[in-house]
Amino acid sequence: MAAFIARRILYSVVTLVILSGTIFLIVRLTGDPVLLMAEAGASTEDLARIRQQWGLDRSWAVQYVTFMQNALTGELGKSFNYRLPVSELYFQRLPNSLQLGLFATLISLLIGVPAGIVSAVKVNTWWDSIAKGVALLGLSIPGFWLGLVLILVFSVSLRWLPTSGAGDWRHVLMPAVALGWYFAASMLRLTRSSMLEVLGSEYIKLARLKGLPDVVVIAMHAFKNALIPVFTLAGVNLVVMVNAAVIIEVIFAWPGIGRLLYEGIFQRDFPLVQGVVILAGFMIVGINLVVDIAYAVIDPRIRLTR
Amino acid sequence: MATLRGGEAGRQSRRARIDSAPGARGAWGVRLAPPMSIRSRREAPLAAVVILAALVLVAIFADLLAPHDPTLPVPGANVFDPPFWMEGGSTAAPLGTDFQARDILSRLIYGTRVSLIVGLMGTLVAGAIGTLMGILSGYIGGWVDQVIMRVTDAWLALPAIVFAIFLAAMIGPSMWNIIVILGAVYWTRYARVIRGEVLTLREREFVKLAEIAGASKLRIIKRHILPNVANTAMVLASLTVGVVIIAEASLSFLGVGVPPPQPAWGLMLSEARPTLLAGQWWLTVFPGVCILLIVLATQLFGDWLRVKLDPQQRNL
Repeated sequence: MAAFIARRILYSVVTLVILSGTIFLIVRLTGDPVLLMAEAGASTEDLARIRQQWGLDRSWAVQYVTFMQNALTGELGKSFNYRLPVSELYFQRLPNSLQLGLFATLISLLIGVPAGIVSAVKVNTWWDSIAKGVALLGLSIPGFWLGLVLILVFSVSLRWLPTSGAGDWRHVLMPAVALGWYFAASMLRLTRSSMLEVLGSEYIKLARLKGLPDVVVIAMHAFKNALIPVFTLAGVNLVVMVNAAVIIEVIFAWPGIGRLLYEGIFQRDFPLVQGVVILAGFMIVGINLVVDIAYAVIDPRIRLTR
Repeated sequence: MATLRGGEAGRQSRRARIDSAPGARGAWGVRLAPPMSIRSRREAPLAAVVILAALVLVAIFADLLAPHDPTLPVPGANVFDPPFWMEGGSTAAPLGTDFQARDILSRLIYGTRVSLIVGLMGTLVAGAIGTLMGILSGYIGGWVDQVIMRVTDAWLALPAIVFAIFLAAMIGPSMWNIIVILGAVYWTRYARVIRGEVLTLREREFVKLAEIAGASKLRIIKRHILPNVANTAMVLASLTVGVVIIAEASLSFLGVGVPPPQPAWGLMLSEARPTLLAGQWWLTVFPGVCILLIVLATQLFGDWLRVKLDPQQRNL
């Protein structure tokens, strides 16, 4: 067990080193970061001063080591535009993104899990076909377009919901649906295949042989086990949503991390963009590590496979 | 059949489930499980093929089909003219005009080109990188495998769309940049899946015998490995096209994709946004429906291809 955890942690560290190294390289290969950081029309002396101030006159290797040292202490540079540390900005926006992500996860579960269970239990009926269609539409309708259409219907035509900003539940409803929609399809597929697998297993067979009614077998015996992978995916998805909801947050003017990244890109705020991208990577590698270790604790077979 | 399903796990029971007629009942009256993909029909899904063929033709003959130049205002039309069936619309611009009085229909027609080129080329780039990486990783093994797999992990650590936005912002917007960027972002799935296939292929007798016969590694990869992973790569490609098309639309929508005045569907949605609240729904609805149609068709086609080419994946 200790060896397994050690190996997983080592892999995660390697992953983060490669990820941050790649981002570090891309930023430097695609242009002079000093030009990105300086205001337009800055003089040569100003450029040289920024170069020195940020240590950009040293070799890339030295820069990378410094960069990683700073990153490990949570120091990801200062936003050019906000004049604040990137990590501070990130964690300021995090609660908003979490709120949106939680609602979107809830919606994806509310659509995906019941539909997945029904389609697994009533497999090959028209219930299943409907679920099939929902899953297909989930993958085919771009979430951001769904968001725009929701605004057209519920804000412009019906005037029920506010179009933008954060506030009470009415603000979060449309962005959460637009964001959760895509994930609902994957929840549905996973719930369905997981339910089917459990329903075909020995202990369900036994439960049925004992003469338990279908409802009890499905609700008490199958449901619990089938939903372990589903809730795991929901947890991982939440972390992804928090970091990847760029377009949805832009459309609904939601003050979260995605919008922070978007603003960074358009204000040429290079330390901000780099920092947010790297923090997103850290969070996702972190949640994956937690899931891997938790599964190894629950299921000893996982520890033995490489 | 029922005993197979109830008892054994694994491929046997899956086969049994697949081969059973739709609606067949197993033990306890539980219906046997057919997978998510198209089951009863083995022929290509007609609707998907028709939509795809139509879109390809529209893209090729855009010059002939489009009534107006997609980048210039329609002569005599106003900005934000509605579709022809609405009050104030005209048949000169059948689906209305945008904020520069350009014809929506013509822009949609030319936009098909952008979506298809980016979708197909981006998928091709991703497939080429991913297949190569997967084969190298699986066949050569050792430290090459370690390096490639750790890079794959690192790539997967970032949500693809965030990575793509980051790259597009750094490299700068143009259609060909977007193709390279999306290829560089979406290759990881190919690498993982194909590596897995190669790991089993490597142990197969025909590969072992070729090695004993003294065939070079390159020859074995070319003659024995590549043809055997081609089907899997095709299936992955058919399911990636839609993802790439949506990604392109997303980048264009955010202003880091295809630059104006080129007619791309994502860009059209982006240009419609400032006036969204004014109720000019046609600016938003039509490009989205186009994206929906093309992605839906590729997904249906991909599902069918998966079932056809890879029986083992039928249950996914």
